[in-house]
Amino acid sequence: MSGAPNNLFTYDKPTCHNFSENAHDALLDKNLQTQLSRITREGFQQKRKNAMDRLDEFDILRDRAKEIKSDVLKNLDAYLEIFEQNVIAAGGKVHWAASANDAREIILKICQDHNAKTVTKGKSMVSEEIGLNHYLEQHAIRAVETDLGEYILQLKNEPPSHIIAPAFHIAKSEVEDVFRQHHTNLDSGRDISEPKQLLNEAREILRDDFINADVGITGANMLIAETGSALIVTNEGNGDLTQSLPPVHIALSSIEKIVPTLEDASTLLRVLARSATGQDITVYTTFFTGPKRTPDLDGPKEFHLVLLDNGRSTTLGSEFSEALRCIRCGACMNHCPVFGSVGGHAYGWVYPGPIGSVLTPLMVGMDEAHTLPDASTLCGRCEAVCPVRIPLPKLLRRHRVRSYDAGKQSLLAKIGLGAWVFVATKPKLYHSIAGFKVRAWKMFAGKRTRFSWLPFLGGWTDGRDFPAPTGKTFMDLWKQKNK
Amino acid sequence: MLPENKTVALFVTCLVDAMRPNIGFAAVKLLGEIGADVVVPDGQTCCGQPALNSGALDDARKVARTLIDAFKGYDYVVTPSGSCAGTVVAHYPELFKDDAKYKPLAENLAARTYELTTFLADVGGWNKTDVSYDGDCAYHDSCSGLRELGIKQQPRKLLQNVSGLNLKELSEGGTCCGFGGLFSVKLGEISTAIVDKKSDDILTTNADTLLGGDLGCLLNMAGRLSRRGENIKVYHIAEILAGMANVAPIGAGEK
Repeated sequence: MSGAPNNLFTYDKPTCHNFSENAHDALLDKNLQTQLSRITREGFQQKRKNAMDRLDEFDILRDRAKEIKSDVLKNLDAYLEIFEQNVIAAGGKVHWAASANDAREIILKICQDHNAKTVTKGKSMVSEEIGLNHYLEQHAIRAVETDLGEYILQLKNEPPSHIIAPAFHIAKSEVEDVFRQHHTNLDSGRDISEPKQLLNEAREILRDDFINADVGITGANMLIAETGSALIVTNEGNGDLTQSLPPVHIALSSIEKIVPTLEDASTLLRVLARSATGQDITVYTTFFTGPKRTPDLDGPKEFHLVLLDNGRSTTLGSEFSEALRCIRCGACMNHCPVFGSVGGHAYGWVYPGPIGSVLTPLMVGMDEAHTLPDASTLCGRCEAVCPVRIPLPKLLRRHRVRSYDAGKQSLLAKIGLGAWVFVATKPKLYHSIAGFKVRAWKMFAGKRTRFSWLPFLGGWTDGRDFPAPTGKTFMDLWKQKNK
Repeated sequence: MLPENKTVALFVTCLVDAMRPNIGFAAVKLLGEIGADVVVPDGQTCCGQPALNSGALDDARKVARTLIDAFKGYDYVVTPSGSCAGTVVAHYPELFKDDAKYKPLAENLAARTYELTTFLADVGGWNKTDVSYDGDCAYHDSCSGLRELGIKQQPRKLLQNVSGLNLKELSEGGTCCGFGGLFSVKLGEISTAIVDKKSDDILTTNADTLLGGDLGCLLNMAGRLSRRGENIKVYHIAEILAGMANVAPIGAGEK
C-alpha cells in the first residue's frame, strides 16, 4: 500500500511499539515524502504564518484561549452539568459514556432503536478513538464517511494520518485510482484528473446517502455550556448535511470540549482555523441546539449527545491535565520536524504528532506507547505554535520520566547512563577519563578529522560523518596554559 | 564592558571540552574583551541534560548538583551553548523544586547563568570592530536557545561587527536541525532525514559558511553536509567573533 507505512494500526491494535520500524518505512515511501513536504512545510506552516501576520492580536487571543480552557478544566464538573441541563431544555438527550465501549453501545442502541441501516458521518476523531465504524458494521449498520478525506480513507480501509487533514498522505493521482476502482458503475472514460472533478464525483455518490441516511453522526469541536449547543467547523458543508438531513442526529464528543459561553466559543474559533489551516474562519461553522423546533424548516427529530470520558477525567487529575486544553487544530504536528519526516501513521494510533505522543500513552498505556515520548527532538516548536499554549515538551519529558521509572530503557542505555553519571559526578575522574578518551580517539583517528563509522553510534554514522575530536580536551589545554 | 570586580566563570560544556576546545578558548578571549578575568572551575563536568531528557531525574539531579557546587560564588556563569544554558536556566529550578537544600542554589545559579552571545551582547556590550571574516554565512538558531532563552537577535547583532561577513538568513530558520541529543543516535534515521532538509535549506542560501551557537547542532549539520560531500565550512560563532577561525572547520578534512 503506497502513501502509508505497512501494518497500519486500528483503534484496538496500536502499532506505537513499532515506531522506529514504522518510521523507517515512512522515510522510504516516496509518495508520502512528497505529500509531507508539500502539505506541512509549504502548506500548513506558511498559511498559519500568513494568518498570524494578518492579525496583530493573535498572541493576545492565544492567551485568552488558554485562560478559557484552563478555567473549563478547573470547573469541568460544573460546566458539564450546566451543559447537560441546557441540552435537555432544548429537547436533546445526553448520554454519559465512561469508556469507548460504553460510547459504542450507546450509539448502537440509538441506531437500532430507529432500525437504522445507513448512517452518515461527519469527520470525528473521537469516533476513530472508539472504532465506531467497525463496530457499527459488525452490527449490520453501514457507516458512510462524508468528509472527502475520510471518504477516501474509508474506500482504502485506512485510518486518518492527520487530525484535520485525514488523507493528506494520499496524492491526488492516487485518489483518482481509488475512485475508479470503487465507483465501477460510472463511465470509465470520464475525466477525474482535477480535484474539483474528484470532489464532484464524491458529492454525486454521497448525495443519496445524505438524503436516505437513518441517522447522522458528527463530532463536535466545542460544546457550549450556556446554550447547550454543539458546534462543528468544516470546509465542505458535509457536517451540516449529516447533522440536519437524517431524522436522528447523534453528536459524539469528549468531555473536555466544553466552553462556558458563546463568546468563549467565538474566541476559540478565532485561533482554531488560523492555527489549523491559516483560514480566518472555516467555510462552515455550524451551531446546533437540540432537535428541530416548530418554526424550524430543517433539522433532526431527535438529538442525542454522547459525552465520552475514556480516561480524560483521570488525565484531568494528573500532571498531564494541560493536554486537555487541546482544541485539535493540528498546528503542533504541522510544525513538528519528526511528524514532517514520517507522517501520522508511523505514530501507530489515532492521535499523531506531539499532542498524540502526549495523549496516546495515557489512552493505550505506556507498555504500548513508550516509544512516542522519545519521538521528539524536544525542539519546542509545537509549544511555540499551540493556540492554547500547551507545554508539549514539558509533558513529553514527564512521560519520559514515567517510562524511565517503569524500566522501559534498554539494558545498554541503562548501563551507559549509570556509568556516565558515576563519572560525571566525580570531576577529577571525569576529566582524566575525558582526557584519556579524547587522546585515544584522536590516535585512532590518525590523520582523519571525521569518521564515517563508529561503534555504538551507527544511528548517527549511517547518515552522517562524526567529526573527530581535535586532540586534547579543553580542560587539559587550559591547565597546561595556566601552569 | 563589565563592571570591575565581577567574577566570570566559564562553563565549557562537555561537548566543547571533548570535541572542540577552540570554542572554549574563543569564549575566554571574548569574555576578556569585555573586561572579564575568566575562571574555569575544575569541578565542572556536564549540565546533566542527557539524563534529564532521558527521564532519569535522580541521575540528572546528581550531575546537576555537581555543576551547581562547581559554580558557587561566581557573579556570572557563561557557556557557549544555548542548550546547556537552557538546561540550567529553564530546567534546574523545576528539577530541584522538592529539594530544600538545592532549590535555592539551583534558582540562584539559574539567575547567574548566561549563554555566551546573550552575555556578550546584553550584559557585556561587546563591540569590537577589528574582527574580520570573509564569507557568506548562514546562521542556525538552535532550538533550546531560541525558544527557552529567546536568543535570536544577540548573535546577529554581534556578527554585524565582523567586517567582510555577509549574513544569509535561512528560509526555515526556526526549524530544528534534527540533533535532539540522544535522539540523534536513538532515532538516527529520522534525525538524518531532518538534518537533510536543514542541509537543503542551508545550501539554498548559497552560503559558504554555516555558523551557530551550539556545538551539538553544528556537529550534526557538519556531519550531514560532509557526508553529502558539500563544501561548506562550519564554525561556532565564538570562533568567528574571537578571530579564531584560523583552524580547520568542524568536521572538515580527511575521512
